[in-house]
Amino acid sequence: MIVLSDYLILAALLFSLAVAGIFLNRKNIIILLMCIELMLLAVNLNFIAFSHFSGDPAGQVFVFFILTVAAAEAAIGLAILVLLFRNLSTINVADLDRLKG
Amino acid sequence: MFQVPNMLFALPEMLMLGMACVILLVVAFTGSRRTAWVYGLSQLTLLATAVVVVWFIGEGGLTFADTYIKDNLSDLLKLFICVVNMLVLLYSQAYLKARQLLQGEFFVLAVFSTLGMLIMVSAYHMLTLYLGLELMSLCLYAMVAMQRDSGVATEAAMKYFILGSIASGMLLYGMSIIYGVTGSLSMNEIALAVAAGNGDETILSFGIVFLVIGVGFKFGAVPFHMWLPDVYHGAPTAMTLFIAAAPKIAAFAMIIRLLAEGLIDLQHHWQDMLVMLAVLSMIVGNVVAIAQSNLKRMLAYSTISHVGFLLMGVLSGTQEGFSAALFYTLIYALMTLGAFGMILLLSRQGFEAEYIDDFKGLSERQPWFALMMLILMFSMAGIPPLAGFYAKLTVIKAVIDVDLLLVALVAVVTSVIGAFYYLRVIKVMYFDKPLVDHKLEAGSTMQIMLSANALMVLGLGIVPGILMKICTIVFA
Repeated sequence: MIVLSDYLILAALLFSLAVAGIFLNRKNIIILLMCIELMLLAVNLNFIAFSHFSGDPAGQVFVFFILTVAAAEAAIGLAILVLLFRNLSTINVADLDRLKG
Repeated sequence: MFQVPNMLFALPEMLMLGMACVILLVVAFTGSRRTAWVYGLSQLTLLATAVVVVWFIGEGGLTFADTYIKDNLSDLLKLFICVVNMLVLLYSQAYLKARQLLQGEFFVLAVFSTLGMLIMVSAYHMLTLYLGLELMSLCLYAMVAMQRDSGVATEAAMKYFILGSIASGMLLYGMSIIYGVTGSLSMNEIALAVAAGNGDETILSFGIVFLVIGVGFKFGAVPFHMWLPDVYHGAPTAMTLFIAAAPKIAAFAMIIRLLAEGLIDLQHHWQDMLVMLAVLSMIVGNVVAIAQSNLKRMLAYSTISHVGFLLMGVLSGTQEGFSAALFYTLIYALMTLGAFGMILLLSRQGFEAEYIDDFKGLSERQPWFALMMLILMFSMAGIPPLAGFYAKLTVIKAVIDVDLLLVALVAVVTSVIGAFYYLRVIKVMYFDKPLVDHKLEAGSTMQIMLSANALMVLGLGIVPGILMKICTIVFA
């Protein structure tokens, strides 16, 4: 029998992986975008688990909205990435160092 | 039973959404030939929304199945957001034109992100809050990246996007925990569940940590401030102005709705977290700003320190504290508007006026605007009789009232340190020889409004009573 806490632990693990990926990754911006996506999916898992075990559908409705917004966000993120590659000819995170002060 | 919701409470948003679609169509059909029309239409939209907000002031309540609220706070903030954004568009016009950025897209993004801010201000449900926040943020990311051939602008946009998305993720994780414990997403039901003692307080405070991190990222409070100096520095100044002014008002509404209305009974949990954010923001913001030679970057660090002051009012958790924080937010928006407006005023084709050295000897060439900049800088430093002084005084008083003397002490000491870099700008304006010639290319409307903006900071400092009274009534 899978209980609520199992889902929550899985979601927490995914969320931590995503956060660790964002802060440890020094190579590729696309990996950063993937980590952000993973972060939102972990949250979705949380919402669905809570919603299922409490019998309240509002959490599942929220998930639909998060998925839609995540798609829009990915579109804007990739568009900025294309511009960045055009201007700097690199998508290496460590190369984003022009702004300093 | 299905009930028809009271649409009237959301009339400003509906008007703005309709007009935003009209503007989008006009842009699509006229291309770049009719930017003057699009500009006029956007200003008209903001003005009409402000008029509608004022017209329906007073009566309020919940609507759309308790997801949306219209109260005095939302009315006041909406009015200010519309007015601030009207000024932003006015100040930006000449700057954008000189850089071939005055395209229809800018106005579409500006109006849509204003719509997002209005929704955030009125949100009384986690879902509406999130949707408003994302509508605002996604438009802002695109706006920063609008200068497509600039390396620094796209780099700034990327950093803004990544850190903004992390903030949204953190905020959502916090929301999901709160939802799991209280079983509801609506602010009033969350408040009821917390007051009734449903759910484990430890888990709730675990959720609050993530909410505070998310809000801290959006505000740019230390230690979540990394994006702010880079984005302010890299973005074209007109976009920096847009990001710096109105979104902070919307973020203020977010923190009030989440912490002060939904989770007020857990104040002992979030107070300590906000104390840390506020103290660190004031110290880091004011100390690091001293080392900056770029004025936009300096103003970014000054923003961080202002966020610290603003959080001081919120963390006190009292009605007086909230009204003090509200007053501080509004005054901050006016001061930022003036300071970035001044950079926009002095910049022209091929010259950004973004270094402090570019202001050298301003008083010889443009004595009137040097005086206006002097007022704004003195006000940011918190020197009486300007509005910034009164704003700082009220938030410090709010924390002293709840016996957080150490926080008040840090605030006073750091604002003395902060006075150094504001005074340096005044020093170079009045005592140094000019390095560049200060020709003004902006139209007379902008010059008049910018002067009015700075004089208003002076006026609100001399008679703060009226605005302060309004801020008190809002939370009464």
